Amino acid sequence: MRSLVLAIALFLFWLALSGHYTPFLLTIGLLCVALTVFVASRMLIVDDEGQPMELLLAAPAYWAWLYVEIAKSAVTVTRIILDPSLPISPTFTRVRASQKTTAGLATYANSITLTPGTITTGVENDILTVHAIIREGADDLEAGGMDKRVRQFEGDA
Amino acid sequence: MEIIADAISWVLIALGSFFLVSGAIGLIRMPDVYTRMHAASVIDTLGAMLLILGLIFQAGFTLLTLKLLFVIALLFFFGPVASHALAQAALHAGIEPILAEDRRAREVPAAQPPEPPGEHKGAPSA
Repeated sequence: MRSLVLAIALFLFWLALSGHYTPFLLTIGLLCVALTVFVASRMLIVDDEGQPMELLLAAPAYWAWLYVEIAKSAVTVTRIILDPSLPISPTFTRVRASQKTTAGLATYANSITLTPGTITTGVENDILTVHAIIREGADDLEAGGMDKRVRQFEGDA
Repeated sequence: MEIIADAISWVLIALGSFFLVSGAIGLIRMPDVYTRMHAASVIDTLGAMLLILGLIFQAGFTLLTLKLLFVIALLFFFGPVASHALAQAALHAGIEPILAEDRRAREVPAAQPPEPPGEHKGAPSA
C-alpha cells in the first residue's frame, strides 16, 4: 500500500517535470519509478518515517497555517533588523515535543527552525533545545502553541 | 488581464527583494553566528517565497508554475535541515552564543494533557 502511494507520487512528479508525453518516454518513466520503488523497499525506507503518507491529507492545512506563522515572525525579525537600536535578547531554552511519531517530531523541530527567529539546535528524546533571537520567541514556544498544532496535524491524519 | 498579473507579480517581487535586502543587512548587523542565522532565515523563507510567487505570476500558469512550486517545497524541506546542522556544528565547535538569558537548565514541564496509559499510538487529540 505504502509502496503504491510512493509509486503514484513519484510518477506524478515525473509527469510534472517531464512535459513530454510520448509512449516511449512514458514507458521509460514507469520503468524508472518501478526501479526506484524496488530499491527503496529493498533499503527498508518505505515506512511511516520515510514515507509518511498518513500526513498527506492533513498537510495542506498545516502548511497554510505554517506559512502565516512564518510571515508573521519574518516581519517581527525584519523589524528587529531595521531597528537602529537592534533590540535583540538571544535566549536558549528547552521545550518538550509531545508528538507521538518520529515524522511528527521532525515536523515540529523543522517548523521551529523554519520560523524566523527560532532555531532548533538539538533533539534529545522528546526535549528540543531552541535558540531564539528575542525572549518572547522562547516564551511562545514554552507556551506550546505550535507543539499543540503539530500534534493536531498528526492526530488528523 | 496581463496588466493585473504584471502588477501583482511586481508587487510580490519588490516585497520579496525588500526582505532579501533586510536579511542581508541583518547578517551584517547581528553580533554572533546564531543571531545571524535568524537574520538569514528571513531570506530563505519569506523572501524566497514572495519572489517565487512573483515569478509564478510572471510566467503564467503552465507546467513551469508547478516546477516553481517544487522549488518552494524544496527550500522548505531542506532549509531547516541545513540550518539545524549549521547551528549544531557551531555548538559542537564550542562557539558560545551571546545570550541575554540562558534557560537551558530549566525544568521542562511534563507533557500535557497526560496520556491515558495503554493508548499510546493513534489516540486522537482534541
